[in-house]
Amino acid sequence: MVELSNIIKVGIADMNIVHSPALIRTSGLGSCVGVVVYDQSKEIAGMAHVMLPDSSLSKMGQINHAKYADTAIKELVERIVQDGASIRKLKAKIAGGSQMFQFSSGTDLMRIGPRNVEAVKKELMALRIPIMAEDVGGNSGRTIEFNPKTSLLNIRTVNKGTKEV
Amino acid sequence: MKYMTQLLKKHKAMSYIDKITSVHLDILKEIGNIGAGHAATSLSTILGRKMNMNVPHVRILSFNEMIELAGGPETVVASVFLRIEGDAQGNMFFILPLEQAARFIEQMTGTEAFSFDHLPIPELALSALSELGNILSGSYLSSLSDFTKLSLYPSVPALCIDMVGATVSAGLIELSQVSDFVIVVETAIGEDVESSTFINGHFFFLLDPESYEIVFHSLGVPLHG
Repeated sequence: MVELSNIIKVGIADMNIVHSPALIRTSGLGSCVGVVVYDQSKEIAGMAHVMLPDSSLSKMGQINHAKYADTAIKELVERIVQDGASIRKLKAKIAGGSQMFQFSSGTDLMRIGPRNVEAVKKELMALRIPIMAEDVGGNSGRTIEFNPKTSLLNIRTVNKGTKEV
Repeated sequence: MKYMTQLLKKHKAMSYIDKITSVHLDILKEIGNIGAGHAATSLSTILGRKMNMNVPHVRILSFNEMIELAGGPETVVASVFLRIEGDAQGNMFFILPLEQAARFIEQMTGTEAFSFDHLPIPELALSALSELGNILSGSYLSSLSDFTKLSLYPSVPALCIDMVGATVSAGLIELSQVSDFVIVVETAIGEDVESSTFINGHFFFLLDPESYEIVFHSLGVPLHG
């Protein structure tokens, strides 16, 4: 029960860092992608809830870094390294990127899920962070929870139950 | 109209949320109330008893606050999503807790003791829910259309039964490119509160950022200044 009491929540277009024994969770991922970057030896992990693939899509002056795949992952890595993780030991797990609604006359933005996944993978590859597990695509919402102690990512969907990767 | 759209796009939609005043929010609320009135009439006709709809709030919220308002990110709901097309664009959501959605389905299809636990969910039930969303948003939009003289029409409804966070975020994609905030016209739907069969749903009306200017312009209260 003590362990359960300490779960750090990450909202939409948000990010945070967690140290063992606490857990980190984000709820209701649809087309958004949840990215976990972790260092198992230090038992430390960071999670971002990414909404859009690329910060160049932004029409705003000041941007929220956690919203875009490119800026979110860069900042997440920066923050986790500041917190003591070793950059060469970083690994990643990702989940999300569904297509929740099926429209026949879909605009490009309706395909945002797959595009988010692509962008996240591209950014992780550029930073040479290997993806150890992924659960992406489909058309269900996901809630994910990461345990930095075991490096396991728990994924819950409404109709397909729970699994750990 | 096309020319105006282009012209308005030149004004950076960037800080549109900063330009919105309480006067604009009041106008949205008024439109919402009229739209809700029409929608309630349609709904009463389908269900054969008196339904009420009103717009308790028009608010500027962060994405997370909006998701909380719809029941929290992980709550499973039935949501009908429609794109608004025509002179102005936007998204509409009709969100019902599962229990309430089941009650609607029972009443519309004449089924007894309907439950979402038995998979697969019958096609007729899903169709009834989509149709409900369709009728509500259609009557809502037509009153907005009358008011603004803009030509607006809803897309074919898309239905999804899943977590709030997952479904609502699909409608925030357009907005999220220009803002971290959303103007929510929230509508409560229900029978008289005293009634034991009170149905409680949410109806969200979200215009795309560029479209706010178009709508306000046609109402004679542009966003300048």
